[in-house]
Amino acid sequence: MSTDKPIDKVEDKLYGLLAEYESPGALIEAAREVRDAGYTKFDCHSPFPVHGIDPAMGIKPTILPMVTWGAGITGTGLAILMQTWMNNWTYPWNIGGKPLFSLPMQIPIAFEVTVLLAAFATFFGMWGLNKLPQVWHPLFGNDNFVDKATCHGFFVAIEADDPKFDQEGTTATLEKAGATAVEAVRYETSKKHRALPNGVIAFMALSMCLALVPFAYIAKQRASTSDKPHMHINPNMDFQTKNKPQTASDMFADGRAARLPVAGSVARGELKADDHFYRGLVAGEWATEFPKEITLSAETMERGENRFNIYCSPCHGLTGAGTGMINQRADAVGATATGWVAPSNIGQESFAKQPHGQLFNTITHGIRSMPSYGAQIKEADRWAIVFYLRALQRSAHSTIDDVPAGEKPAIR
Amino acid sequence: MSSAETSAEALEAREYFKGISDSVCGIVEAEKAPKIWLPAFAAAVGLTGVLVVSLYILLTEGTGIWGNNNTEAWAWPIVNFVFWVGIGHAGTLISAVLFLMRQKWRTSINRAAEAMTIFAVICAGLFPVIHTGRPWLAYWLLPIPNDMAIWPQFRSPLAWDVFAVSTYMTVSILFWYMGLVPDFATLRDRTKSKLKHTIYGILSLGWRGSARQWHRYERAYLIMAALATPLVFSVHSVVSFDFAVGQLPGWHTTIFPPYFVAGAIFSGFAMVLTLLVPARAIFNMKHIITDQHVENMCKVILATGSMVGFAYGTEFFIAWYSGNMYEGFTFLNRMFGPFAWAYWTMITCNVLIPQFFWFKKIRTSPFIIVGLCILVNVGMWFERFVIIVTSLTRSFMPGSWHYFSPTMYDASIFIGSFGLFFTLFLLFLRFMPMIAMFEVKGASPHAHAGVKHH
Repeated sequence: MSTDKPIDKVEDKLYGLLAEYESPGALIEAAREVRDAGYTKFDCHSPFPVHGIDPAMGIKPTILPMVTWGAGITGTGLAILMQTWMNNWTYPWNIGGKPLFSLPMQIPIAFEVTVLLAAFATFFGMWGLNKLPQVWHPLFGNDNFVDKATCHGFFVAIEADDPKFDQEGTTATLEKAGATAVEAVRYETSKKHRALPNGVIAFMALSMCLALVPFAYIAKQRASTSDKPHMHINPNMDFQTKNKPQTASDMFADGRAARLPVAGSVARGELKADDHFYRGLVAGEWATEFPKEITLSAETMERGENRFNIYCSPCHGLTGAGTGMINQRADAVGATATGWVAPSNIGQESFAKQPHGQLFNTITHGIRSMPSYGAQIKEADRWAIVFYLRALQRSAHSTIDDVPAGEKPAIR
Repeated sequence: MSSAETSAEALEAREYFKGISDSVCGIVEAEKAPKIWLPAFAAAVGLTGVLVVSLYILLTEGTGIWGNNNTEAWAWPIVNFVFWVGIGHAGTLISAVLFLMRQKWRTSINRAAEAMTIFAVICAGLFPVIHTGRPWLAYWLLPIPNDMAIWPQFRSPLAWDVFAVSTYMTVSILFWYMGLVPDFATLRDRTKSKLKHTIYGILSLGWRGSARQWHRYERAYLIMAALATPLVFSVHSVVSFDFAVGQLPGWHTTIFPPYFVAGAIFSGFAMVLTLLVPARAIFNMKHIITDQHVENMCKVILATGSMVGFAYGTEFFIAWYSGNMYEGFTFLNRMFGPFAWAYWTMITCNVLIPQFFWFKKIRTSPFIIVGLCILVNVGMWFERFVIIVTSLTRSFMPGSWHYFSPTMYDASIFIGSFGLFFTLFLLFLRFMPMIAMFEVKGASPHAHAGVKHH
């Protein structure tokens, strides 16, 4: 039972024949017979995927898995490249001394990016291979198809373009295969019906334009100057009600936000009342004795040597003669001509005459181009250095007779 | 089989298919929603309003409005993040893992479960972003070229998390939308309104159910399921790395990935049941989401709940067996320390409560199921609370020990996130096909009507 619409319009064209079948099983049988009859441009339509229809229609497996695979591998490679480039090459990032490149740490992100790209490829690849989205299709002009194809109907459609197509013969084939109805599907060739509705086009155009507005605004702001202050999205984090160091405050008469301690206040352990030990003074004069806190022992001497070698020898040299590495370097580069003040020879007579307290004071505060060491060396250590200086001065003027008899062979 | 019998079978099948379309599309097409929908929606929107107001205050005042402090820097925002991500996992499990396992019963619930996944991940994503304190700079989390040459530090699990959660969100949306296309086509073909025809027409991409298209579609669906399955396991494993890679006793354990994944599925199924048991009654879907399906989900909850209980036991055993005094202290502190109340709430809700599902009578009583499932989700929230808060408040240095008290903003943002979740879910129930029609049709015995066996 075929029903033909009269061809009363010039642009009316035959798409093909549409046959309805009663069940998924009937659809499979029909597909097989249509294929066996030699048709190639035909398709089946059902509200759900009918299992068993692929072999019946002779559908070849899709290349989609290859697309997925390619995208997945690309994702893995890109992720490893990204992580290596960002953390090893453009910005080598030392984390706890671990090797810059290590594959295990890259696996989680490599996996996620692999899945992401594979999923995108599968999703868009599937629609692309299916030639969707499609605004229009001749079958959508058939009321019976629209009513049932996505709900409870099973259809075979053979296109008029098929080389084997001839209206009567094909109708007979479809009916023989058990069709409950066969219809010719016609469509208007004018493009009017296939275009997106104007409203949709206008909406899309408008939203694309609006989407550009924020970017245009940012671009404009970046290219222009303004005398207005910055935007503060979260003002109370930017302007906190507190005083920062070295700022002004109206609250105090002196106008400064940072407050000084009350006059005469002394921090715990910072009183330093003992002039002899802390300043090397006894009754306003340089001390000529070591303070009672210092034990004059071999141990103190060793401590003094140790500190001297660390702090003093770079300039004064290990013997105190003023020939340390820094002075040698200064001589080598000719710095003496441009105002280099050579370190003193500690062994010379004038220093040997200075009281203990004065040497202590020089270490504490520095002299001429020698900086102060009060901040780096504790008082007891400074006294130990003074003690060691006395030994250096003694050795500077010593003769072979000063060496103990047992040690003499070792020096020769 | 005579041809009359074949026709009768075919007729029955077609009526069944039409019935599925009628009942599922009927919800979307109905002029009025069921009576309870509007008040529920109003309540959800109200809670979303609470969220919006709280977020406004948060953004203008700063994170100081929370109970977070130096000791307890993560606190509720991260508890809520892990909670919501976990909820989301059941959707992917149902749609992907059960699909690969050829569990046909999933077809009645997978659409709603996938929607739940997406809405839960939206809620989850909110929390780390606001926890940064300056969410308008959240794009710094991404590897975007910039003139200061600042890149993410890819040794950090927090950077992995950004990739894992955003990939998960993207893939979930793609998978969900792919499933919706044929059903949008059904809605398009049924509607009489031109506007709806245009909207559904665009959404359905011109789908017409061609076998050549179904062939690629099914292959793509299978691939997406195969991609989503390891993805869902990776996401919660990476979330657990946020903790496990840290040095803190109570976090630094290798059991975390499987333990977190089991917990995620556990909480997610509980949420699916909490949503769908009432929904199937309200929208008259009991013939599609059957009692058997509900029972199956209860059994999944029982199984994963027992796994979670086993993981708690293993953690304790290892804390003792390792001989590490810090681990040992942490776990005793969880049981008997200042947060013991939270610990015992967790044990009760997560280990004891699901054991009721051993009884068929309970698995078939909707009110009890929903009640127990809500308790399970309370327990799973407390699990994350216990892991995060008890460990941080009693870390290595007793000098930094501190009790943690949340503020009303902690609570209002968390409760508000439920408002957002339910708003989205109720909109979904009303305006989208809540059941995957083509999958239900394809999985029914009627799909084989008239098939001859050669």
